[in-house]
Amino acid sequence: MAEGPGLSDLEHAFRAEWGAVVATLARRLGDLQAAEDAAAEAFAAAAAAWPETGVPPNPGGWLTVTAWRKAIDAHRATRAAAVDPRVLSEVTAAEEADVTGKPLGDDRLGMIFACCHPALALEVRVPMTLRYVAGLTTKEIAAAFLVPEATLAQRLVRAKRKIRESGIRFEVPASARLAERLVSVRTVVYLVFNEGFAATGGDALIRGELCEEAIWLGRLLHSLLPADAETAGLLALMLLHHSRAAARTGQSGKPVPLAEQDRSRWDAALIAEGTRLLDEALARRSPGTYQLQAAIAALHAAAPSVTGTDWPQIALLYGSLARLDPSPVVTVNRAVAVGMADGPLAGLAVLEPVLASGALDGYAPLHAAHASLLQKAGYSERARGAWARAAETSAVPALRDELLRRHENS
Amino acid sequence: MKYALLIYTTAAAEEYAAAVTAGRQAATGPGPWTEYTQAARDAGVLLGAEQLTHTETATSVRFRGEDRLITDGPFMETKEHLLGFYLIDVADLDAALDWAGRMPVREGQIVEVRAALSGMAWQKVLG
Repeated sequence: MAEGPGLSDLEHAFRAEWGAVVATLARRLGDLQAAEDAAAEAFAAAAAAWPETGVPPNPGGWLTVTAWRKAIDAHRATRAAAVDPRVLSEVTAAEEADVTGKPLGDDRLGMIFACCHPALALEVRVPMTLRYVAGLTTKEIAAAFLVPEATLAQRLVRAKRKIRESGIRFEVPASARLAERLVSVRTVVYLVFNEGFAATGGDALIRGELCEEAIWLGRLLHSLLPADAETAGLLALMLLHHSRAAARTGQSGKPVPLAEQDRSRWDAALIAEGTRLLDEALARRSPGTYQLQAAIAALHAAAPSVTGTDWPQIALLYGSLARLDPSPVVTVNRAVAVGMADGPLAGLAVLEPVLASGALDGYAPLHAAHASLLQKAGYSERARGAWARAAETSAVPALRDELLRRHENS
Repeated sequence: MKYALLIYTTAAAEEYAAAVTAGRQAATGPGPWTEYTQAARDAGVLLGAEQLTHTETATSVRFRGEDRLITDGPFMETKEHLLGFYLIDVADLDAALDWAGRMPVREGQIVEVRAALSGMAWQKVLG
């Protein structure tokens, strides 16, 4: 078939509208698989009709109404017991008018909460969100997470069945549960971002897209819940991290550490947006871990150089973060900041309990931080050992090469 | 939707026996379970509830062709024992999880929430 203007418009509409159409249908039917099947039929109908008729003025409404009709047809054909009869009794012409008038954003928010429901295993919340909120294909998600496509598809089928049979609703939870459920949603969005950002394996290009998807999800969540400070903090954090994307990898894909990054290549627009979002969030006086991390990222973004960075303030922020959400990883970061602010011996003192506990023995950044502090403190021999340990524990080949280089130069 | 809230204990057999007995003694006077049951009834969600006897007193019926084999004991020896259950009718899983979370269960006890299927042919008999 020729690549007419109608078709490329359809492709655009597909990505933009698919998630919203499926979300509306899922909320109405209480069954994600049925919603997906009906949406697929509606998009096929659009692919057949639109090259002839042109894209209708409200493609989302057209697709939703068509999908809704397909769902009703499917039910009439099979008399499937899965669809709640109470829902079907609502199916009238008036209902269709209501569907077109309904703001789509609300339904997508309900879909996010269903995909991130704590009754689903965490491993499946991430791919469910990417599939049904961000609209990625099963193939794309499988490639990003290095899982066979059939395995991933099977996990999604199981999750959809659990949602339908256990009575998980495609709705924004009642206010009493909202805060708790939002924690799960933010965790999933940040996991998606980190999967792209930390690059523990898999295709680099797809992983870059994961960061974009996470930011898109963060924007959607923030636009739907603008008063939530931590949601704004999460978006700010992702934007500020992502602003360094171009400078983070050098030629041949080697990671460039913060100290050596060309700061002129940082994305000033993203930094400005992230900083503005953070300031607005902080003004709400409802502190949280994402806002603290974003504040740290903002200080890095504002600094002209490593030595010109406000390390004492960053060390303080890591201290606050450690109190709010104690973890050995936060302590490692605090040790680095304290090392910059108060000298390497002070940093080593912060790091000592983490090293002694052995909790992060396989965590390369711990050994890299240890090695760097030892080197600055003049313990060259011990630093070499720590660099070697860092290289051993690094899972990413490019990162491993870089750590080995530093080990050799130390 | 109807949900079964199944109360399990992971404790050793002796502790389990104590839990069952304690429950029986508590039946002589009101306690947290009385309050919980009253709250569920007042909210109009309670369909039924039972506390089961010790798993050692169970009798199993095994099916071998036309034969029915009666054996002493539970069908499977496990560390987890079903102490009892509540059957409730609420809007969705979130509401069922709320009622599960309000149960005055003790440390080491677990409440499994299972939705009941609806629209099955045999259920028409129940009206």
